[in-house]
Amino acid sequence: MSTSPLAPRRSPMLTVLMALFLLYTLVPLAWLVLSATKTQDDLFSSPGLWVGDEFAFFSNIRDTLTYRDGIFLRWLANTLLYVVVGAGGATLLATAAGYGLAKYRFPGRRTVFAVIIGAVAVPGTALAVPTFLMFSNMGLTNTVWAIIIPSLISPFGLYLMWVYAADAVPDELLEAARIDGAGEIRIFFTVTLRLLAPGIVTVLLFTVVSTWNNYFLPLIMLSEPKLYPLTVGLTQWSAQATGANAQPVYNLVVTGSLLTIVPLVIAFILLQRFWQSGLSAGSVKQ
Amino acid sequence: MLIISGRRARRRIALVAAALTAASVLAGCGSDDAGGSGGAGTAADLDAALEEGGTITYWTWTPSAEAQVAAFEDQYPNVEVKLVNAGTGNDHYTKLQNAIKAGSGGPDVAQVEYKALPQFALPGDLIDLRQYGFDEFEADYTPSTWASVQAGEGLYGLPQDSGPMALFYNQEVFDEHKLEVPKTWDGYVEAARTIKKENPSQCITNDSGDPGFTTSMIWQAGGTPFQADGEKVTIDLQDEGTQKWTGVWNQLIEDELVCTIPGWTEEWYKALGDGTIASIGLGAWAPGVFEQSVPDGAGKWRAAPMPTYDGQPATAENGGSTQSVLEQSKNPALAAAFVRWLNHEEGVEPFLESGGFPATVADLEDPAFVDKKLDYFGGQQVNQVLTDAATQVVEGWQYLPYQLYADTIYGDTVGKSYQTHTALEGGLTAWQEALVKYGNEQGFSVN
Repeated sequence: MSTSPLAPRRSPMLTVLMALFLLYTLVPLAWLVLSATKTQDDLFSSPGLWVGDEFAFFSNIRDTLTYRDGIFLRWLANTLLYVVVGAGGATLLATAAGYGLAKYRFPGRRTVFAVIIGAVAVPGTALAVPTFLMFSNMGLTNTVWAIIIPSLISPFGLYLMWVYAADAVPDELLEAARIDGAGEIRIFFTVTLRLLAPGIVTVLLFTVVSTWNNYFLPLIMLSEPKLYPLTVGLTQWSAQATGANAQPVYNLVVTGSLLTIVPLVIAFILLQRFWQSGLSAGSVKQ
Repeated sequence: MLIISGRRARRRIALVAAALTAASVLAGCGSDDAGGSGGAGTAADLDAALEEGGTITYWTWTPSAEAQVAAFEDQYPNVEVKLVNAGTGNDHYTKLQNAIKAGSGGPDVAQVEYKALPQFALPGDLIDLRQYGFDEFEADYTPSTWASVQAGEGLYGLPQDSGPMALFYNQEVFDEHKLEVPKTWDGYVEAARTIKKENPSQCITNDSGDPGFTTSMIWQAGGTPFQADGEKVTIDLQDEGTQKWTGVWNQLIEDELVCTIPGWTEEWYKALGDGTIASIGLGAWAPGVFEQSVPDGAGKWRAAPMPTYDGQPATAENGGSTQSVLEQSKNPALAAAFVRWLNHEEGVEPFLESGGFPATVADLEDPAFVDKKLDYFGGQQVNQVLTDAATQVVEGWQYLPYQLYADTIYGDTVGKSYQTHTALEGGLTAWQEALVKYGNEQGFSVN
């Protein structure tokens, strides 16, 4: 009556749909790469998906890195700091807490669960203004801490680690380790972390991407351009093109955007295989 | 993995709802406005403050600020001005608003566009500069910019630049179609039809729905859709002036005679350079933008007075900024002294050098400025057209005390008329309804 779900099937409609999605994804990227090779004049005068009269890719990169005393590099360093400390810290905290919640029984566990599920549902944007007011009272606005501290909390990452740890770390293994005389801290670092590696990579990828792309929080927290991450800095360059005294530097905005996504693309390619195994973990009962 | 089912799901949803409520309560309970002391001080304090020195923070996105601050610090070595580009336009205002709400963290002096001034001045977030005797400077500025730095009874800045509108047009395109530059809006619509007929890829101008342009055009037509008197606000986007404007502009929109290229985009700069856009009404600050950013248009563009409804000269302001002192400033006298220097004394010079258009009468009448021939505009004495315009601005205009919000929802209301090429009245009515509703929610009494 029905075809087996395991038999591969060709569906013309799905193929067309996939092709459209592929186009939708790749055309902007192609535009970005092509545009980064153009001078600003060519950006204005040549078609979007074709090359300009001049090949200005390398001079664009040079100009992007040196414009306004090389502030782009400063923004890149800031972004790296926020990602390494913020996303790294968030992953570590989510792993420890998720594992703890999955494998230890203690009073108040259900409340913690409720709070976390609730926190997953609240978008970061909604919390930005209250967070701002709180940080302002503590005198932390316009410092790197204003970006790092909120980035350390990843309710979704915690939830993911919790669910993952519940399946990936067998209770029997923990008991065996305890019988062998290992303390809880040692078990966490020597046994658990290895078992959780695919999950950790998944959470790391999520938090890295969200910290790298974080825009609204730094936008409202920071007023000093020296502390900006790339997202806010590039928007500032782009905003230069409007109003009286407008000074468009579109070629630098475009080239800067291309440079900004390169590290993320590399991270994705390197971590992809872990990520895939992470997402399917726990879906099948062995 | 994330699927939750049955009764447990319902309980979880309830918990989530509870958490959300908690969050929104948190969001509501910001710290009380710390507020300054009322910025007590007198005119005599200013020179003393400059003498004594200190540090003030200045938020602006004006490119001329760097040169201005350097010149100021040369003149007053005891004063340090921390110059911060905290963002442009709405980003800047969001941060300013947050700092005001938090009671600290804001600058001493901030750039505020004329359209945004009432929003910060009326709730008492800015210092009334009359206490420092700034009301004496009235005669030094054009009447329209002077009106722009006032809100209610108070004076909240000194005008930095002004943007009386003029029509900038591409001489080559007009010659190509054997057209004269229209003096009336009826003539403008006719020219639009000729251009469209002879070359469908060109258009008389671009407009994809821009709140700043719309308000300026209603202003020029003599409309006063927004009136604020304390908490009482009147909104009437069907008044006589507004109807005069829609009467003309509807023809351009409905017959698709304007290009729908959004302003300040890459595409727009390109269209200004290659003759796609034949003319555009912009503030007097436009020549600097053309020279800097539309290299392909060099030699082709000219300036003319704005077309009018009856052929008599009349124009409006488009854009323009002032510098205000924040109520939370710890050194308001020094901040006010800086503002005075910036927009009344030596600070005007570096501003003009960077291509700004002044608000000060003395500079507008200076022959060296007025008679200057601009190469970009084929040697035309553009400033003659623009300084004339500065004296022809229609009086009586007011912005809403929440104009920034109004601008953000403009696209969802009036913008629709542009997309569907239908009469603007529908969109304007929707805008008005939304603005009345929002105003009443914010504690104004709006009708």
